[in-house]
Amino acid sequence: MSCDLEYSVVHSYFDAELSVIRAAEFRHHLAHCSDCKYEFAALSSLRGSLKYARLYETAPASLRLKIRRDLQSVAPTPSWSLPVSWCGLAAAVGVCLVVLILWRVIPGVRKEEDYQAEFAAEIVDAHLRSLLPGQITNVNSTDPETVRAWFASQVKFVFPVRDFATNGFALQGGRVDIVQGRTVAALVYRNREQVFNVFIWRTRGSDGSAHAGTRQGYQWIDWRTDSLEFCTVSEAAPSDLERLHRLLPTQP
Amino acid sequence: MLNAEDRARFEQLVLPHLDAAFNLAVWILSSRTDAEDVTQDVMLRAFRFFEGFHGGDARAWLLQIVRNTCYTWLEKNRRMKMTEQFDEEVHMQSSATPESIAIAGDEHERLTQALQTIPLRFREVIVLRELEGCSYKEIAAIASIPLGTVMSSLSRARRQLHSALAKSAEGADTHEL
Repeated sequence: MSCDLEYSVVHSYFDAELSVIRAAEFRHHLAHCSDCKYEFAALSSLRGSLKYARLYETAPASLRLKIRRDLQSVAPTPSWSLPVSWCGLAAAVGVCLVVLILWRVIPGVRKEEDYQAEFAAEIVDAHLRSLLPGQITNVNSTDPETVRAWFASQVKFVFPVRDFATNGFALQGGRVDIVQGRTVAALVYRNREQVFNVFIWRTRGSDGSAHAGTRQGYQWIDWRTDSLEFCTVSEAAPSDLERLHRLLPTQP
Repeated sequence: MLNAEDRARFEQLVLPHLDAAFNLAVWILSSRTDAEDVTQDVMLRAFRFFEGFHGGDARAWLLQIVRNTCYTWLEKNRRMKMTEQFDEEVHMQSSATPESIAIAGDEHERLTQALQTIPLRFREVIVLRELEGCSYKEIAAIASIPLGTVMSSLSRARRQLHSALAKSAEGADTHEL
């Protein structure tokens, strides 16, 4: 182009990478320079085409699942990479002993923490499994009656099935899954592009207030009411999950 | 040694950028299948190296690992060709919904082809800037190049993409005649 400015200045301006002062200078220049005007229009059109063509490649659910499993099974590399000396080995044995003693002394604490971690892992795993092609529903219906009738023949406990389409959470259907060795019912809702699983199973525990957690970018809220435990999981924002939680039965 | 706290931090800071990692890998490797393998490897690596991450931009940190792993993979598995034939069949099994393919299908194919014809070092700056929305500073960190090089690469990349698109439009016209 015949304009004496560097070609990349238009790009920097277009990408909002110029300082405030230089941007103001360039804006002034742009008003009078047909070359830069033309270039700026070409950049806008290119960006528009790239956006319109939807070139962004998102990771498949199967890959997420694989990575999650990897992370669970991997023992992180220790920070010392030197060969283990006898001294280090002795220290390691010492640490093991201390850990073992603590393990025996405070089993209650360990168990609760373990349970929480294991629960979160399994529930997110079940959610991810459901996202694999063809896995999401056994009964595919937006009619609560149909879904309720199907569950009646599948599980030995009864729970309310409702559609919240008017509140933005459309019932998609349900399926039966296994979480921590238990048979659980799973209701599936959709809000915009996001899938929400609501896992429900019978519990002997007393009613409890909700507690929430995050694992690998997935959120869950878990609560107990009327001898049933509910856990809803999604990749959606915590506020969306909270909205669904409030629609579901929380009082006995 | 990474403990439970580090693991939770990793899940919170790094894992949300899985799509960004996968997207960059697909565009560098020109294949979704290969990108899946490499991304899986990248996440494990990132987890192992997580101690070396001292705060800051987790996405840029992860994408730097993606880029390095992809280049190593390319060197090992293929002769490094700057204009690789695109694995279109594999690529077209994309995550886009049937509706979006129907709407933007032709454009998707046309732009994919055009982007694949430009050299890898230009393609990656386009992907980082236009698809991933990275700032120049982030691109400089990810690609380990000076800021000035980011600017010049990006303007050259866009010019090349522009002419590749013009050429494909010309080709389409000739075809119709």
